[in-house]
Amino acid sequence: MRYLVLLKALTTPDAPPPPELMAAILGLGEDARNAGALLDTQGLLPSAAGSRATLTGGQLSASDGPFTESKELISYALYEVGSKEEAVEWTSRFLRLHHELWPGWEGEADVLKVFGPEDFAAAVPQG
Amino acid sequence: MSATAAAVEAVWRIEAGRLVGALARRTGDFAAAEDLAQDALEVALRQWPRDGIPDHPASWLMATAQHLAVDRYRREQNLGSKLTVLAADQLARGPAQADPMSDLADELDTSVRDDLLRLVFTACHPALSTDSQVALILRTLGGLQTRDIARAFLTSETTMGQRISRAKRTLAEADAPFALPSTTELPDRLTAVLGVIYLIFNEGYSAAAGEDWTRPALCQEALRLGRVLVGLLPEHAEAHGLVALMELQASRLLARTGPGGEPVLLADQDRRRWDHLLIARGLAALHRAEDLGGGPLTVQAAIAACHARAGSVEDTDWPRVVALYTVLAHLRPSPVVLLNRAVAIGMAEGPARGLAEVEHLRAEPALAGYPQLPAVRATFLQQLGDHQQARHEFERAAATTGNGAERRLYLRQAREAGQPSSSRPGGWRLDAVSGTPVVDSEDAAPLTPLPRP
Repeated sequence: MRYLVLLKALTTPDAPPPPELMAAILGLGEDARNAGALLDTQGLLPSAAGSRATLTGGQLSASDGPFTESKELISYALYEVGSKEEAVEWTSRFLRLHHELWPGWEGEADVLKVFGPEDFAAAVPQG
Repeated sequence: MSATAAAVEAVWRIEAGRLVGALARRTGDFAAAEDLAQDALEVALRQWPRDGIPDHPASWLMATAQHLAVDRYRREQNLGSKLTVLAADQLARGPAQADPMSDLADELDTSVRDDLLRLVFTACHPALSTDSQVALILRTLGGLQTRDIARAFLTSETTMGQRISRAKRTLAEADAPFALPSTTELPDRLTAVLGVIYLIFNEGYSAAAGEDWTRPALCQEALRLGRVLVGLLPEHAEAHGLVALMELQASRLLARTGPGGEPVLLADQDRRRWDHLLIARGLAALHRAEDLGGGPLTVQAAIAACHARAGSVEDTDWPRVVALYTVLAHLRPSPVVLLNRAVAIGMAEGPARGLAEVEHLRAEPALAGYPQLPAVRATFLQQLGDHQQARHEFERAAATTGNGAERRLYLRQAREAGQPSSSRPGGWRLDAVSGTPVVDSEDAAPLTPLPRP
């Protein structure tokens, strides 16, 4: 089963992320890839670099960022694992690195299930 | 299972291979290592829900397994036991060491790759039956619990537990070392490992028995093992070939089941629903496999790639599929491969040519009881206008298959065999495939027919 993890920053220290954090993140990514779990991951630029397309009241519109009303998404990761808990465990390891190497940083990650063949099977009565 | 227990098992799934591998290297005893690791898991399942999951669970599990080894050693006082190595090691460190975690963490990293490879080769040791190899690799490298393996293979937990115990005894009796195969043994041993992983994938993809058409969890488990293996053996062409094959086939999982759970054959699949991330990964793995020299699995992946690249059945490069099957039949002669080749010939050159190829295979003992043989014949007969014979052959296919969904499909085709065949444009080619499960499973077809449990 596949999970999309969206990481949001809640509190970012004034100091930039230390190089050790970057190195540790790359190492964890390698571990997760070698474990057959990580399919893809990238960092995201602040929403100021992006745009938002909207459909409301029959009207299509697009407006440039930043999206001030929501927390900034800072990265995504796509995992293929055997359970939700495994996706949460990899995500926790990622957050723990921030705790250990970038004091003061706070954030949260949404772990979202991607629709897959197993959901299809579950939706169908067996037999 | 409680939420915390599920979290503990998630950690276990990530750490089991490295833990069992490190323990087995230090004890030289696969069975003892596996027991110790499982006992450590038991402790974790008791303690973590109460105390929380430790920051460094791998080190925690390793330290706990070592304490258990010491306990066992003291209890048994068996100086001849291989456990003494581990126990003495731990005793030498002393119980009150300031930070045992850092040492252990270092050690876990140093030779992880070799440990995991030894684990893979031991779990697939030639002294073991295929069933046992499957169970052991899922349990050790895959970190699955006995109950999950049992459920995946539609057997009871007791039966699977006995199979695993027996397998561990067999390894002990065969005096199988926890070691990498010698250079001369390596090619055959590796072929066996790849075969075991592909068997797991196929068990999920073409669910040989039971009512499900596919059991996606098994496919994903095999895919995961394959991805781990290419990380361990990045220079080995066929490891990449196997991963390519599985990624490409898995890309169709979502599209090959209909809204009622019924099989949807290749020609009828909505190709927009294929998983294009997996296709891209599969094609990339295929390139690496071909660059490294390829092999039978790589050829099968190349066949799967012909489908993955085609926008429709008509667009498929069938002459290339035929050529690839011809290569495969030389590399790994098998009646199943020849049957699949016959289907491709029918697609490339018409049903009469396809039927002629199938006729050669009817006397093959290996294909007796293989439901795809009558199903393929039925399809060609149907296209040639022999509806009576076609219905008879579909009924035979239905009577032969052990899979409920497949049986219902064949029975439907038998009923429809006498009716005007096509309201769809596209002529015989589309109908050819819609009647032929083999075209969907052709590249999934194992080199020898699947064991039917």
